[in-house]
Amino acid sequence: MAERRAVYIRWRLPLLALLATFLVVGPPFLSAYWVGLLTQIVILAMLAMSLDLLLGYTGLPSLGHAAFFGVAAYGVGVLSTTYHAGFWASAAAGFFTGTILASLLGLIVSHVRDVYFLMITLALGMVLWGLSYRWIPVTGGDNGISGIPRLEALVGLPVTGPLPFYYVALLVFAVCSALMAVLVRSPFGLTLRGIRENEPRMRSLGFNTWLHCYVSYVLSAAFASVSGVMWAYYNGFVSPTYLDLTASSELFLMVTLGGPATLVGPVLGAGAIVLLKNVMSAYTARWLLILGIVYIMTILWAPQGLWNLGRRRDLKVESAKFKVRK
Amino acid sequence: MAYLIIQALNGLFSAALLFLIASGLTLAFGVMRIVNIAHGSFYMLGVYVAYTVLTRTGSLLLGAVVAVATVAAVGLLVQRLFLRRFAAQPLAEMMMTMGFALFFRDAALMIWGGDPFTLTTPAALAGSMEAGEIVFPWYRLFVIAVAALVGVGLWIVNDRTLIGARVRATVDDPEMAAATGINVARLSGGVFAAGAGLAAFGGVMGGPILGGYAGMDFDLLPLAFVVVIVGGMGSLKGAVVGAIVVGMIDNFGKALVPELSYFTLFAPMVLVLALKPTGLYGRA
Repeated sequence: MAERRAVYIRWRLPLLALLATFLVVGPPFLSAYWVGLLTQIVILAMLAMSLDLLLGYTGLPSLGHAAFFGVAAYGVGVLSTTYHAGFWASAAAGFFTGTILASLLGLIVSHVRDVYFLMITLALGMVLWGLSYRWIPVTGGDNGISGIPRLEALVGLPVTGPLPFYYVALLVFAVCSALMAVLVRSPFGLTLRGIRENEPRMRSLGFNTWLHCYVSYVLSAAFASVSGVMWAYYNGFVSPTYLDLTASSELFLMVTLGGPATLVGPVLGAGAIVLLKNVMSAYTARWLLILGIVYIMTILWAPQGLWNLGRRRDLKVESAKFKVRK
Repeated sequence: MAYLIIQALNGLFSAALLFLIASGLTLAFGVMRIVNIAHGSFYMLGVYVAYTVLTRTGSLLLGAVVAVATVAAVGLLVQRLFLRRFAAQPLAEMMMTMGFALFFRDAALMIWGGDPFTLTTPAALAGSMEAGEIVFPWYRLFVIAVAALVGVGLWIVNDRTLIGARVRATVDDPEMAAATGINVARLSGGVFAAGAGLAAFGGVMGGPILGGYAGMDFDLLPLAFVVVIVGGMGSLKGAVVGAIVVGMIDNFGKALVPELSYFTLFAPMVLVLALKPTGLYGRA
């Protein structure tokens, strides 16, 4: 065990430091295109980490997580265009729409586990997607909502260009990931892991497992909402594709590809998917075909995720949880 | 009144299609515990294959046979080559089917292009039934009848044959079933392929009315999942009841409040989940 830990530190910590340094000092030397991509990565990484709280740490596989991201983005879109609200009001509206929605849906889904959770979150996510697609008077339907004012104009930042927004996004990312890192190491986070490993045992130890799952669901949706608010301001545009099944499953792929229950893994996963998407779409229109193949290859060859490579044995214990429970 | 009856018949038509699609989904779930995202793709591939056959030969029947056979074979291949090695790992299986769903969607776009089309209604079933104020197309009635026949057939197989007994035993407890000598792996392959074939059949049956278009695979999938959730996962009876409930609600919802379609499904789902989390006929 000690040896394994040493291996872990040997390549993971320097890599992490290198990545963090690059995120902070790199962008001024990059072109606007790459700063844009990095902004996307940073925002989606937040979203992927929020799913990791639920999927990796609590063991609740949500296939409708993009719904909160999308609903928060719609909150910003509706308030800042239809009602011409300012930045703080719009951002708060987005954040609270997503979080309150989760606190309601959580009442329904926190009872179910495993595959049932997967199927029910999928259906709820699709229902919300349907709402965004068909409720045209409010959401604009397929066209979405465009014309969300730029963040720079709203808070009166003097500089223009993609860099200021990138650093704002990076700051939000840093704060959120620090909060999530504290959360998963707290007694609460340890309890979540206990529930993932063996819920009946945790219950017999006196933990209110329903409440823990519920809180985990709401918290993870709250972080997803933050990411949705940022995404709405980054694109200046909201559309139903933010919360469709493809979005939710891409998110799932980010976490699985990067490595569940690591928080760092989903960031790498988000980076890999965003880069792959943009680089590949420059060469071919068959992006979905390639993404499909990436899914299949990930499951075949790296089911434990990139960040867990070489830690196969530890993860066996964790993945045992995903076996069918009678 | 006539309006209500026509809408109810339309609802039954939706229910018939939903049953064809959801029965395969629920049985595969019961036997393999798999959340099959690619099920909508099987439905889509059914329409596209039938379209190709129909434009070459002009026969919808031949199109249906070829489509069901082809898609069932595709389903069997996917199960044998990819899903089987991840038995009892629902997350890996789900991701795998998601990969295939995206793959099939883009492959269909590549092969058949993105233009929408409808299959031609067979001449014998063209026209409408007229009874007083009620006018209803024969073809829709035909689909309702066919789905009812399929339902009865499935029920007989499931309840009265050895294969059905094996399926039921595996749904109840896969490990015990394997211990009594049932080849669960082969059974899973068979059920998965049959489900794929049924979905394709549903696609062909709906083809003359709903047609084929890019994105149709993910259009019907949520409805099928709601059917399975409401009816109870793994239960054939549940699929019948769920399909009727969802078909009716979706149809009346679309007729009365078109902007809230899909969202009208939310109420029955939440109600069932709150009262009986395993669905109407599901077991814990």
